Amino acid sequence: MADEFPKTPLLDELEKGAWPSFVSEIKMAAKRNAASRDLLGLLERSYREKIGHWKHGGIVGVLGYGGGVIGRYCDVPEEFPNVSHFHTIRVNQPSGWYYSTSALRKICDIWERHGSGLTNMHGSTGDIILLGTRTDELEPTFSELTEVGFDLGGSGSDVRTPSCCLGKSRCEWACYDTMALTYDLTKSFQDELHRPAFPYKFKFKMSGCPNDCVASVARADISIIGTWRDDIRIDHDAVMEYAEKGLDIQKHVVNFCPGKCMEWTGKKLTIDNSTCRHCMHCLNLMPKALRPGKDQGAVVLIGSKAPIIEGALLSSVLIPFWNPQPPYSDLKDLVGRIWDLWCEEGKNRERIGEFIQRVGMGNFLEMIGVEPIAEMVAHPRENPYVFYEEYLVEDDGEEEEGQN
Amino acid sequence: MAQMLTPQEAAEAMFNMVKEATGLRKLKPMDLTKNLLEAYGDRVDKQICKEAIKELVDSGRCVYTYFGGTYLELPHREGAAND
Ligand code: SF4
Ligand code: SF4
Repeated sequence: MADEFPKTPLLDELEKGAWPSFVSEIKMAAKRNAASRDLLGLLERSYREKIGHWKHGGIVGVLGYGGGVIGRYCDVPEEFPNVSHFHTIRVNQPSGWYYSTSALRKICDIWERHGSGLTNMHGSTGDIILLGTRTDELEPTFSELTEVGFDLGGSGSDVRTPSCCLGKSRCEWACYDTMALTYDLTKSFQDELHRPAFPYKFKFKMSGCPNDCVASVARADISIIGTWRDDIRIDHDAVMEYAEKGLDIQKHVVNFCPGKCMEWTGKKLTIDNSTCRHCMHCLNLMPKALRPGKDQGAVVLIGSKAPIIEGALLSSVLIPFWNPQPPYSDLKDLVGRIWDLWCEEGKNRERIGEFIQRVGMGNFLEMIGVEPIAEMVAHPRENPYVFYEEYLVEDDGEEEEGQN
Repeated sequence: MAQMLTPQEAAEAMFNMVKEATGLRKLKPMDLTKNLLEAYGDRVDKQICKEAIKELVDSGRCVYTYFGGTYLELPHREGAAND
């Protein structure tokens, strides 16, 4: 295959329409790069045969690291020799995904020298994904990346590269400094990030407010989501301005409030903050008129994951309100206790959320030394796994016998 | 108090465990830590185990491998590899 440009009638279909196409991007790279040409050929063949042609490589990596490289080999190397090895490198992205153009250029130059030149900015983990290189190019790539200040991210059974929304750097909703926390956790957990020692992966994701732009509540083992615990700030003049400009406050704001805690008289908006769910709906619709309260912090949640081995899980509340202050020792201590327990008792490939399901949230909380409290419960009578022993009356066995 | 193992001694003990398990089963870093704690009781702790694993990997005597989860194995040419 190598030098000639492959015919790709099936892939060409994916270039049609209004959206950017990965096929167009690979074709652009293929003009300069044999690996991208073979990739097109191999992909076309996979589409035609409806079968994947990648094999998983398990031991490629760089010396000393257990994560950051995902090994791939093609199963028809005679036909597509330039993608015979096609390993992926994960590079730890900067917090909030801020780069200077010169940093981006350096990464791309390194990757054109050592790999296919194809990147994925960014993968679902948050990392910069460099797609496709040979085993013997891994160490040189790594060494050049570190020279320009980048490091590999996580993969395998380790702490995955922590990621966050851009938080206070640009977003008015941010209730804590997501980027500072992410940077600190990344630095603090270098060993756990590069040396996999867990039953399975462990992800931290930080969002500055309940809009949760990094979807931490659905994907992270520890989700840290900004919130406030006093009253939503209301600028009444700005509310009136929205009304005058045609926003139907009753229909579009009040009626959709999940806490049913808003009232609109046509002249004044009031909020019963005691039943507010902090869903952000009203704030998103009237950003000039409503702002989160001033007593800001974050809620720490645990246990979500996307469905790979078993079904999807959403996070459960672990700490209803946490004030994130450097050096964040309270959070790190808690995480340390969680890891100790999970490493001790967790099964192979069992995410922390699955572990909690297996042992029960009540037992889990007891084992990590956290008191169950009402804020952990989404609705009354929903969490039968927490028992308050002081309320249990000792029975003499008669009732039990009667029931059987 | 019992004499603690040095990270090098712990690494040696782990290396032997990996060697013995080769071809029979794969061991995770966590398994090695548990096995060592079991074998040496209060002569090792988790920190020493951590340093021992670092020693094994940095010296190249063992490599991390990934097959659904992460394991520590002796360096070898894997079946899936192409030349
Ligand atoms: S999660 Fe909230 S704070 Fe972060 S970018 Fe989104 S809206 Fe802004
Ligand atoms: S944040 Fe949500 S629950 Fe709270 S007042 Fe606004 S719409 Fe209602």
